[in-house]
Amino acid sequence: MSYNSIQELFNLAEERDVPLSQIVLETESALTECSYEDIYNEMERRYEVMKSSAKNALFESRKTAGGLIEGITKTHYSYTLKGDTLSGDFINKVMSRALSCSEVNASMGKICAAPTAGSCGIIPSVVISLQEALNLPEKEVLNALLTASGVGAVITKNATVAGAEGGCQAECGVAAAMASCAAVQMKGGTRRQCVNAVSISLMNVMGLICDPVAGLVQVPCAQRNASQAVNAIISADMALAGMESIIPADQIIEAMYKVGKMLPMELKETAKGGIAHTPAGKEIFSRIFGK
Amino acid sequence: MNISIFDVTGPVMIGPSSSHTAGAAKLGRIARLIAEKPFKKVSFGLHGSFADTYKGHGTDIALVAGALGMYEYDERLSQAFEIAEKEGIEFEFYKTELDDMHENSVKITFTFDDGTQCSVWGSSIGGGQIKIARINEFDTEFNATAPTLIINQYDKKGVISNISKVLFDNNINIAIMKLSRTARGKNACTVIETDGKIPENVVTTLRKVENIISVQAINV
Repeated sequence: MSYNSIQELFNLAEERDVPLSQIVLETESALTECSYEDIYNEMERRYEVMKSSAKNALFESRKTAGGLIEGITKTHYSYTLKGDTLSGDFINKVMSRALSCSEVNASMGKICAAPTAGSCGIIPSVVISLQEALNLPEKEVLNALLTASGVGAVITKNATVAGAEGGCQAECGVAAAMASCAAVQMKGGTRRQCVNAVSISLMNVMGLICDPVAGLVQVPCAQRNASQAVNAIISADMALAGMESIIPADQIIEAMYKVGKMLPMELKETAKGGIAHTPAGKEIFSRIFGK
Repeated sequence: MNISIFDVTGPVMIGPSSSHTAGAAKLGRIARLIAEKPFKKVSFGLHGSFADTYKGHGTDIALVAGALGMYEYDERLSQAFEIAEKEGIEFEFYKTELDDMHENSVKITFTFDDGTQCSVWGSSIGGGQIKIARINEFDTEFNATAPTLIINQYDKKGVISNISKVLFDNNINIAIMKLSRTARGKNACTVIETDGKIPENVVTTLRKVENIISVQAINV
């Protein structure tokens, strides 16, 4: 009993009428010979790291190399707290938390890669904000993280989560797919809706390039963490509303992988294309690295 | 599924980059374990992307932190330079070309109190994972994901048989074994990855085996 695709994960859960997270838990236990309790404890330890990184830049700006995103979280959180926003309190809190993880990461703070360090704000900001909004017990969050991780494992196995290989769609896009699936589960959606959320969120991000200014994990990484966290939420809402993906999730994952391979190397983490290669981007590179 | 969910949701690490920060710290830490002895100076020869972008990702700081024994999730990591200075350990960086090595590679050289040196070549291969490619004059290959024994020996008949007997007697299964030598009859290096932890008494017993020069165990 194991899965190598989203469809297999879904089928196994359907056959036994259990949440996707139960299949992920059992598979992990069989793979690593760890008890369910050990797996929950380890996930809880990671959730603690996620919570602190989602909080640590809200009130205080953090020093980052070149200072490209220093203080952006604090600014956004102050704006959020004033309560006069366009997209509302919930979405702005999600964005603040995603930005916080990114700023903490850029400042050599402690984070949990999910699935990468560059995309470490998306899953935490979504699950923390939903736990708060829906008033859920910790165990349900851990189960949602299990489901997200199972989706991530499938994508790691069948495609890629490396920006150098697949662009930003493979890092922040995959994080959004994982988070979106977790969000549906936390809201009590069906297994089918969980899978639809994976499809919809990945569709929304298809083709996004990785173009870090000066090669640093700051701009546009922080902004993309915020926007992909929001992608996860709205994709979850579309799935919960009953939207069906006309393309199966596994085929979308394969398409994402193929698009990643088609992208030229200039658009995959090398800072030789996209916004990294604008006159302003190149000037920032020279300022920091002196060449 | 053969991928652990904790390789997807993880590692827990100090940012900003799993390859340029977490992988660098792990390279420093594993190299220190290979060098084993207390050292007074450590130099880092940076190759490829490590040479071009190390400053922006704190690769230099992470390498020193690792050499001081810190794990990739240690929150003191960003203060590694200050800690090294306090401990009286010198460190330096230089750009270099390491033939045919991965983009993110480094040659780490420890200088000991008696003036002797130990060099370790390694690469950060993504997601915080590393590969050790060379130890002093010996080419090798291991990822430091399983317990690993590093043995220096004279290239004589029967040494390998004696090593495997010690492991068998202690109920340790060999997963992967790699042997290299400088020239026939000269020095050789054996790297053994095992399925279970390597207890201290096994290391002590191996050190007493004829024609073995040195033994280090890395229990990851």
